[in-house]
Amino acid sequence: MKPFTLITFITCLLLPILAVAAEHEVGQKNKAFTVEKLEIKVGDTVSFPNHDEFFHNIFSLSELKSFDLGSYKKGKTKKVIFDKPGTVEIECAIHPSMFMVIEVK
Amino acid sequence: MKITRIKLSGSLKLRLPCILIFCIIQAPVHAEYISQAGHPSLQEWLLPDVPPQPKDNPITKAKTSLGKKLFFDPRLSGDGNMSCATCHNPVFGWSDGLPTAKGVKSKVLGRASPTVINSGFNSIQMWDGRKKSLEDQAMGPMKANVEMNMDTKKLFIWLNKNAGYKKEFTKAFPGEKIDAETVKKAIASYERTVVSNNSPFDDWVKGIKSAMTSQQVDGFKLFVGKAKCAECHSAPNFTDSGFHNIGLKSWGDPNPDMGRYAQRPLKLMKGAFKTPTLRDIARTAPYFHDGSAVTLIEVIEHYSQGGVNKSNLSPAMEKLNLSNSEKMALEAFLNALTSPYMAVTLPELPL
Repeated sequence: MKPFTLITFITCLLLPILAVAAEHEVGQKNKAFTVEKLEIKVGDTVSFPNHDEFFHNIFSLSELKSFDLGSYKKGKTKKVIFDKPGTVEIECAIHPSMFMVIEVK
Repeated sequence: MKITRIKLSGSLKLRLPCILIFCIIQAPVHAEYISQAGHPSLQEWLLPDVPPQPKDNPITKAKTSLGKKLFFDPRLSGDGNMSCATCHNPVFGWSDGLPTAKGVKSKVLGRASPTVINSGFNSIQMWDGRKKSLEDQAMGPMKANVEMNMDTKKLFIWLNKNAGYKKEFTKAFPGEKIDAETVKKAIASYERTVVSNNSPFDDWVKGIKSAMTSQQVDGFKLFVGKAKCAECHSAPNFTDSGFHNIGLKSWGDPNPDMGRYAQRPLKLMKGAFKTPTLRDIARTAPYFHDGSAVTLIEVIEHYSQGGVNKSNLSPAMEKLNLSNSEKMALEAFLNALTSPYMAVTLPELPL
């Protein structure tokens, strides 16, 4: 198979996935998440921008998707791809009252 | 408090009351305050007279009266010599005046006794946040073998046989059993009466210019400005109910207290402890979770240096390089957070 044909073939395979994968935003503002519950699809990305003047540390210890984004201040964001269906609970390590749920479908 | 019923998944159902309570007691985070008595930007620092209560435990006079008796009753401990008030003593700002608490047979424990003052406004309890509410917390010290060391089975048999207590429980919880559920609800209700919201600072926020000296106003400006204290000791209860490693010397000890990490195994939580309220702070020395600072100036000095042991330090900590006059202004401001002394009449206990 010629390189050009191979690239076209792979692109055609990936296209449906690329087309449906969306990016969502869950911000941190006034020591709260901007969204309390979010429904997304498998393969979607969620960005977690900090809009507060102080640090947050977003994490999940859910079995489905465990991550620790570390701490960052206003203006920064980190992204997570959710690659399995199910429920993921998201918290801030510094401010435990910050809690939200992502349903991955 | 009216909570709207929404159909939720299990874990969210458990957390929603906490989220709602938090929304009520946690003011929006102001980027800037105008340091003028009575200014609208300051009003978020004011606290109500009564903290929020869980839906299943609204405060009543009968509950607080019973809770007060239980709080001061040493017969709730295994040796019959320690009450809740032993470590949370009103004469020591509802703490104990010790660096760290003393438990059963005077055993020295690892952490300072946190004050009961304004604990009803906290959205999470204990230095490591292992308890969600005052109700969740109330039975813990009684049962802990290093603290009050009480066999609670024996406790409930005794309470159920005590005519005086039976009468009080019937009044407070008609038709309900005398058990852990009602004991913790009564104690939590009493603890919600311990409120500090009437300090010179509160008067100044309400518009009385003479309530604070100019040095104290300078201290407030530093508190919310250069010294960045309000980033964690935020409105209205001077706490974010959050967790921070503030770089105490004891964090460098062999096998140090890991704090919040035991509850949330995340790197940042190693050596992190809950931000305490600063209301009535002049009454609750010594300071920090390990009781290592004797005076408020020592506390301010610690923050001015940006902490001592800086491994895994909270990213909110930084060297402040405060001048002597700035340190004194901050100390003066902290002294303006003392409400008039709440005299407590000891209750007559049923024999």
